[in-house]
Amino acid sequence: MIDIPEYLRPVVALGCPALGSIFILLFGRRPNLREGVTLLAGLLQFLIVFSMVPTVMSGKTIQSYLFPILPGIHFGFRVDAFGLMFAITASFLWILVSIYSIGYMRALQEHAQTRYYFCFALAIFGAVGVALSGNLVTMYIFYEILTVSTYPLVAHEQSSEALFAGRKYLAYLLTSGVFLLAAIVFTYSMAETTDFSPKGILSLAFSSRSTLIFLFVFFILGFMKAAYFPCHSWLPTAMVAPTPVSALLHAVAVVKAGVFGIVRTVCYIYGIDLMRDLGLGIMLASFAALTMIGASLFAVAQDNLKKRLAYSTISQLSFIIFGVALLSPMGVTGAMIYIPFHGFMKITLFLCAGAILVASGKKNISEMAGIGRAMPITMLAFTVGALGMCGAPPVAGFISKWFLAIGAIQSGQMVFLALLLIASLLDVVYFYPIIRTAFFEKMPQDEVLKEREAKVALFSKKTEIIETRRPLYYFILLPIAITASFSILFCLFPDLFHIYGLAQAAIRDLFWRF
Amino acid sequence: MVVVVSLLSAITIFIAGWINRKTSCYISIATLLGQFIASLFILHHVMTIGPIYYRLGGWVPPWGIEYVMDALNAYVLVILLFLGLVCVIYSKRNIEHELPQKVVSFYTIYQLLITGLCGITVTGDIFNMYVFIEITSLSAYALIASRGKIALKASFTYLVLGSIGACFFLLGIGFLYAITGSLNIRDLSLLLPPFYGNKVVLAAFVFFIVGLSIKMALFPLHTWLPDAHAFAPAEISAMLSGIIIEVATYAFIRVAFSVFTPRFLRLLPVFDILCWLGAAAIIIGSILAITQVNLKRMLAYSSVANMGYIVLALGLSISARTAPWGGLNPALMHILNHALMKGCLFLVAGAFIYKADLWYITDFQGLGKKMPYTCAAFVIAAISMIGVPPSVGFASKLYMILASIESGKPIFVAVLLISSLLNLVYFWRIIETMYMKRAEGENHSHASHKAHVQRAEVPLGMLLPIWVLASLCIIMGILWLANVPTPILNQVNAMFRLDMMP
Repeated sequence: MIDIPEYLRPVVALGCPALGSIFILLFGRRPNLREGVTLLAGLLQFLIVFSMVPTVMSGKTIQSYLFPILPGIHFGFRVDAFGLMFAITASFLWILVSIYSIGYMRALQEHAQTRYYFCFALAIFGAVGVALSGNLVTMYIFYEILTVSTYPLVAHEQSSEALFAGRKYLAYLLTSGVFLLAAIVFTYSMAETTDFSPKGILSLAFSSRSTLIFLFVFFILGFMKAAYFPCHSWLPTAMVAPTPVSALLHAVAVVKAGVFGIVRTVCYIYGIDLMRDLGLGIMLASFAALTMIGASLFAVAQDNLKKRLAYSTISQLSFIIFGVALLSPMGVTGAMIYIPFHGFMKITLFLCAGAILVASGKKNISEMAGIGRAMPITMLAFTVGALGMCGAPPVAGFISKWFLAIGAIQSGQMVFLALLLIASLLDVVYFYPIIRTAFFEKMPQDEVLKEREAKVALFSKKTEIIETRRPLYYFILLPIAITASFSILFCLFPDLFHIYGLAQAAIRDLFWRF
Repeated sequence: MVVVVSLLSAITIFIAGWINRKTSCYISIATLLGQFIASLFILHHVMTIGPIYYRLGGWVPPWGIEYVMDALNAYVLVILLFLGLVCVIYSKRNIEHELPQKVVSFYTIYQLLITGLCGITVTGDIFNMYVFIEITSLSAYALIASRGKIALKASFTYLVLGSIGACFFLLGIGFLYAITGSLNIRDLSLLLPPFYGNKVVLAAFVFFIVGLSIKMALFPLHTWLPDAHAFAPAEISAMLSGIIIEVATYAFIRVAFSVFTPRFLRLLPVFDILCWLGAAAIIIGSILAITQVNLKRMLAYSSVANMGYIVLALGLSISARTAPWGGLNPALMHILNHALMKGCLFLVAGAFIYKADLWYITDFQGLGKKMPYTCAAFVIAAISMIGVPPSVGFASKLYMILASIESGKPIFVAVLLISSLLNLVYFWRIIETMYMKRAEGENHSHASHKAHVQRAEVPLGMLLPIWVLASLCIIMGILWLANVPTPILNQVNAMFRLDMMP
């Protein structure tokens, strides 16, 4: 690769999707070129982001400040281990989802594909920007770009249901943006800086306890993208979006940006010590535990596969918040590696849901009896993802839950350990029925699907494999296979992509005193 | 020397309109371009060397009329001429379409309007300022009325209220003249301080405020504005919203800070009251905007809200001092930003009317496909109004919030943030209709999307100004965040000693 000066790399990494989005618009009438640009931009971005790993691993941060916005605040990037983890996850999965999108969008002959790819690139621009930002103000700018650019994707279908979802999405997230801005500005007026620092920038010297706690509530409200209870309902509604959107944005980029923001606030704005002093850790953890368990219960009741996955996401996101709120080294490690691991697993699940929709036109779990025999690879991948969610060993979810559990013990709160285990158990409760239905129930023989009678004919032959029937479907299968195998590889080699190493580096900074 | 150029061009404008029916447009474009470039030179000169004084007819200041150019009015002049230029380019096609019989008179009055606006900004004499305010207002009445019918009523309302405002202003001048015997702004600022406790001076100040508040359409004196803005031709709406009320604000700043001084203002709770009025204007203007179904009326109410922003920022200007958001910075910043955003939005609204005679928001279904470039510009300007980074709206919002925190008035932070949500409500409704809603009869199957949608874009002459403004909404936003233009504003603050502790 061409040698780019280190301090420019964050800028170039962000330039990829930004320029990519412009070219996507220009090539709107030539689909092959347009999608080629998407893939190229994704690949380049991933390589550049990845090239920053060695420096960051050695304990340094890459800083590039472009221009001053306010005294003490520069518009600029500060790449540290934690940010880089998120950036790697988002940019790598973007490549896979782009491949998947090609298959999905073409197979379903979706409309407005240029708008779709354009907004997708912009959303990634926002997400990676959030990951690499050096201070709250820069982060806020990208955070809002992410919000706005996702709207057309959510409302993509343009039906009244999708419009409602889009409106709800904006109403929740821009309102939360307002809270975030208020929180940032008050932080700035107290600390006169908003740069992220492993020691935190706020302290009791600035203000009274109650003010700081109040400010923290504003921050949490500001990161409503994390979809905690009771502000979660935008996420299941937003599932009307095309599946790749749900996959990347509502399992990785958007919601993780919210969680990422919370981790940043807890660890890098308040700092571990202040969080302990204020007793905010316990509050946040209880709050997250409520969501973990509540969302799982909601998930059990969903019949629409994507909605069930959405509730599962809500629950899993709170695992991350929970991990950070434990304020113990292992808990934070668990939370940090949960971000990429959960990203890979959940994206697998969503992509499978999309593949089922494309190949068979089914959306609800109750219709999926026996589909495991018609789509073996897809459902195998799904099983891998689901096992991971439950925290079963050979899949990545095990590692992250393991760390969370140790973290809970480290923090000395056995109640939290119990809550964690209950929540994990509930994961099994809502995933198991899907797998059972897919593999062990008989496919109904006299199924009548209106526009798909040809397929019905194929269905009725018992073990017809429909997932490879069209060459286009390989675009869909390939990313599924890759993400599923990565989910397993992450368990066997947690240091793949240096994820674990990066988490360790971040922890070293945060818990330098222990 | 540079002032002479600007003055000369201001005078040639009078002649420009009368010459030839067809060339009148080109002449006005040329003069405005010339003026704009001259104003840039003036700004540069003011920034590098210092204020320019020009004595009209060679009379010595307290008796003769003096023109003064300092950082403040050089800045306003640049904005004013820029928007004037953009609008006149736009008007070429639009006026031929809307007012084919009145092309020549349109340009004549338009140039008068520009002259009046330039006059208000450059003059250093308060009575002269009154004269120019009247020139501006009279030409604005004529331009608003030019569409006839309902516009006549709108124009009449504006005429009545505007005249009342001007009377108040004149009364204020009269009182000051009675006390000091001078009309020159610089002279007044030296003569006035001993009289600060005087009832007559206080009365004069109140007259100024009320008079200019009407011109600025400050809530609750805004009632003339929605009709006037809604029924004028598009470029005139853009000028009215984008610059005319802003120039009235400039006059306000000039009176408050140059004739009087911040020291005087701190004696009275006037600026606190201004803050509250501004906040009320923001909230009520936005709520009224939500209730509108006519796009241009909605934009007009949004202007009321935006004047609220400027006035709020103005009210905070004497208490916030820290460099980037202290003093007049947020107010002046929003003057430029609002000119860009609202100019763009009104020109887009005009484009819809030009192409398809669409006035009502509900009729915009599918416009996103029919007029992609125009609608994209609208989206940019609208998200800028909402204040999504990195647009100009975000920069204004951020600076105003910081200013209100520094002044110790966090209540206004809440006002500003709530208003951005209200903005979201009324702008997003339109964006959604343009892009997402399907027409009633349209088939919902995917096949219908394949059908080629006939594009019906406005001519390039109109699209170009729209896009210049839209792209500036983003570019200026980044420049503001990068603090590129702040030296100008800092110089203004230094001039009024706003950057120092009292």
